[in-house]
Amino acid sequence: MKRRNLLASAAMGLMMATGAFAQGMDHVKACFVYVGPIGDGGWTFQHHQGALAVQEKFGDKVEIQYQESVPEGADAERVLTQMALGGCNIIFTTSFGYMDATNAVAAKFPDVKFEHATGFKRDTPNVSTYNARFYEGRAVEGLIAGRMTKSNKIGYIGSFPIPEVVMGINSYYLAAKKVNPDVQLSVVWAFTWFDPAKEADAAKALIDQGVDVIASHTDSTAVLAEAAKTEGKVIGFGQASDMAEYKPSPRVSSVIDNWGPYYIERVGALLDGTYQQADIWAGIKGGEVLIGEITEAVPPEVKAEAEKLRDDIAAGTVHPFTGPLKKQDGSDWLADGATAPDGDLLGMNFFVEGIVGDIPQ
Amino acid sequence: MLRLEKRPSPSRFWLYATPPVAVLLTMVVGGILFATMGKNPFEVIRTIFWDPVFGEFAFYLRGQLLVKAGPLILIAIGLALGFRAGIWNIGAEGQYIMGAIFGASVGLAVFPTESRLIFPVMVVAGAFGGWVWAMIPAILKTRFNTNEILVSLMLVYVAETILAKASTGFLKNPEGMGFPGSRNFSSYPAAANPELIAGSGLHWGGVAALVTGVLAYILLTRHQAGFQIKLAGQAPRAARFHGVSPTRLVVMCMGISGALAGLAGLFEVTGPAGQISIDFNTGYGFTAIIVAFLGRLNPLGIVLAGFLMALTYVGGEMASTNLGLPDAAIQVFQGMLLFFLLAVDVLTNYRFRLAVGAH
Amino acid sequence: MDFGGINPIILIATLMASAVPILLAALGETVVERSGVLNLGVEGMMIIGALGGFVVAVATGSPFLGFVGGAVAGAALSLIFALLTQVFLANQVATGLALTLFGLGVSSLGGQGYNGIKPPRTGPLLPDALADLPVVGPILFGHDWVVYFSIAMTAVLWWVLKASRVGLIIRAVGESHEAAHALGYKVNRIRLMCIAFGGAMAGMGGAYVSLARVPQWVDGITNGQGWIALAIVVFASWRPWRVMIGAYLFGGITVLQLNLQAAGSQFPVWLLPTLALLALAGDIILREINGKNYSDLRKVFYFFATVNALQLLYLSWGKWIPMPVDYLSMSPYLITILVLVIMSAGRRGTANGAPASLGQNFHASR
Repeated sequence: MKRRNLLASAAMGLMMATGAFAQGMDHVKACFVYVGPIGDGGWTFQHHQGALAVQEKFGDKVEIQYQESVPEGADAERVLTQMALGGCNIIFTTSFGYMDATNAVAAKFPDVKFEHATGFKRDTPNVSTYNARFYEGRAVEGLIAGRMTKSNKIGYIGSFPIPEVVMGINSYYLAAKKVNPDVQLSVVWAFTWFDPAKEADAAKALIDQGVDVIASHTDSTAVLAEAAKTEGKVIGFGQASDMAEYKPSPRVSSVIDNWGPYYIERVGALLDGTYQQADIWAGIKGGEVLIGEITEAVPPEVKAEAEKLRDDIAAGTVHPFTGPLKKQDGSDWLADGATAPDGDLLGMNFFVEGIVGDIPQ
Repeated sequence: MLRLEKRPSPSRFWLYATPPVAVLLTMVVGGILFATMGKNPFEVIRTIFWDPVFGEFAFYLRGQLLVKAGPLILIAIGLALGFRAGIWNIGAEGQYIMGAIFGASVGLAVFPTESRLIFPVMVVAGAFGGWVWAMIPAILKTRFNTNEILVSLMLVYVAETILAKASTGFLKNPEGMGFPGSRNFSSYPAAANPELIAGSGLHWGGVAALVTGVLAYILLTRHQAGFQIKLAGQAPRAARFHGVSPTRLVVMCMGISGALAGLAGLFEVTGPAGQISIDFNTGYGFTAIIVAFLGRLNPLGIVLAGFLMALTYVGGEMASTNLGLPDAAIQVFQGMLLFFLLAVDVLTNYRFRLAVGAH
Repeated sequence: MDFGGINPIILIATLMASAVPILLAALGETVVERSGVLNLGVEGMMIIGALGGFVVAVATGSPFLGFVGGAVAGAALSLIFALLTQVFLANQVATGLALTLFGLGVSSLGGQGYNGIKPPRTGPLLPDALADLPVVGPILFGHDWVVYFSIAMTAVLWWVLKASRVGLIIRAVGESHEAAHALGYKVNRIRLMCIAFGGAMAGMGGAYVSLARVPQWVDGITNGQGWIALAIVVFASWRPWRVMIGAYLFGGITVLQLNLQAAGSQFPVWLLPTLALLALAGDIILREINGKNYSDLRKVFYFFATVNALQLLYLSWGKWIPMPVDYLSMSPYLITILVLVIMSAGRRGTANGAPASLGQNFHASR
């Protein structure tokens, strides 16, 4: 009954946000909304690992609930409302497409905390956003790619032409080009997040074109599996999860989405009363982006170089996007020594100079 | 030994009794499935079938049933007309997408103008978008005798690519920091399709679905075109002798189903979904095919079937969130429900007889 | 030998492998539909086969047994469809769609715990020396056994359906179940066997995805290939060799468009008006041969179309632009439609080869 009144009054706009985040809690119900099935082996799987880490860390003090394969849009709004009504204290919405639904529901439930992954909208004080600087990991991959390629042709399988993906492609290319000026990048757009057979075909197409290092921004392991068929001639990277089954080659390293530390921190803050609205964009330093073990298929000096880049990025002494940099069309982007502001990165819709081909618009 | 025997006329009793029997059977078998997964079967069944309608949060979920059932009903009624005439539009999903894109484009083109005319024009544009997309298979069929199943299905994938293009390109929100997706219609009142009564879940799409159900019923029972549709499906040759033009029939049935699917897309994008995004479509166009047949291709049956489907979705979500059931288990359960509904239906037209000494 | 940076030999070799799942599933569905049954549950049977094949292959270490397992799993699921449609006389379209839903759910439930496992490898059948031969090597000798099996099945089914007694019975049942029944054939039993065969083929196709194409189990791995297989059956007018052409055409364009992207190929804009002019010329020539008349409207249309095309050709002459990627990714579907239109336009007025009883249930009244 009480919750019913709450929704009704909130809908009429009578309920104002209390803003009282102060007291701690004895028990937290943490809820997760997933865009795919846990069994996708990639994006959703990693978020679920984060949820499990929360459960393991706090034990009885935390109750975990989750819903798989929630379509973005109307269904997301319903699931979120159900969760809020059902007594969730904090709800993690783990896909960009949940942005508007998250903010709409958050406005109706000022006492429930909402955490939206990869978005930028925080309309009410109870909405926080979090994201990971995957491009930092891409830079490490790019360095390995530039050093390891024998054909000087490296490849990248993109999902959709959105800033997140474009950012990764640019970072990968710049790092590769820095250590190997002759390197050429081929980009294939798959126009899907998840289609194992098509991803395999895309990888095969790149391999047939003489590409011998492939990075991908689609979710399945199909790309590595295709590279594995070449028996060592082509290497690639684990994407989202470690994909350790393809060690030591073709998987020579990986960029792991590691959400556990962030989820533990936020749920913990709710428990001890230190929770505050936040906009987190952490990377290698914050532990959200992990570089998976660099295997023995990579020569020791390259491995050391890659690990140094990783550590330098973590320490903040190196930024993957450091000027002088030009855009693909030759116009200036970053002056000498300048680093890219986050706003430029988040809205990135251009290739840097040297990449061939267009971003589909 | 049991054998089937055709009834002289369909049983009125079983016509109404089969759905509850099927639901009961599903509960039993599904309950066993849930029990083997270590869940309390009674709790799961209650969560799926009872809670959304009568449970603690029913005040909210009842409206959500309408939100979910609306597009299913709207699309399924259009499809049913075609299916009755033997015209196989499998691509309602594509028409749904194109309706949303056409309608949304009109609305976004005039942003931020405020006028009462905008939404009605968008509705027309949405119906037009679905109609155009359905006309491609229709015209190819009438002009070149190309199979409409293949063309309409293939056009779904084309529409999905156009959708991706729209959300990353020509309909992208200019204030969206470069992220994919259009502006949200909830912040553009002239073009929005909000709840008509707060908390009821009823928006113009739901109204359209219910009205269409009644209109389609009248069309099929009272109107000449309805007679032609039924005749063409049951006896194509006889239909031709009666002067039913196959070309006109194809164009009409595909046109109506396309326009209705387009409408569903428009109402969804301006209302519950709020925006054009890469994953805007969620399979309503395919699920509606099941709904059409569950409703026995009868408009009123489709309305009921739409609500039953919506119930399994909403209740299934509840069971999944609250009881920790994997989403896949709900899918299996839905599949079983459909199997039982379809299988038990045999009792309407047939009865089982003990054939003594027949072997 | 290169065209726009693409080696056609490698392309053909690649498409032969990538078309296998669709080809196998579509061949099975062809038999099912020839017997008068429309099973829209191909996607469900494929994914069950993908899981079944994966599980068996991992458990036994034998990819061959995996494919057998995939076939068994697909056939087992199809028996639910057979039971519902042949015994309980349920509507085939709805049952098929429900089967897809059910199959996706069951595979996802059963696949828990199989993430991140590498299945035993399905390697090439013939020695590498043969595959290394120029030109014919990769195309003819470089494949795993399933590719050869899929081609052999095409030939076998063509022969069975065309010339064998079994094929005659299947076709009889599909064209007129009443007549076939009157001749003493057990219509429902024959259809049941066809459905199970279709299920086994779809299951094998699915297993090829999880054991050879992607070698991996993930939820939803077949991702809509069953739907394409259904479309290919229609495309092929229910004939096995055309099924193969359809599967290769679709697979080929998919692979080609990805290769064009990977090669960074350029698109010749001037080709479009050129093609339009050729189409116009072809149409006029055909009309002249057939001695058809020109209406005034048509003359006006020809005039303006020609002028426009020439103008566009002048403007775009010699112009190349980067590949329009988004249009490329639609191309497999559009070209399949286009080819079907051209094929069916030639046979106007005649039936398009669909079995007469397709989708209708049969109940023997006595």
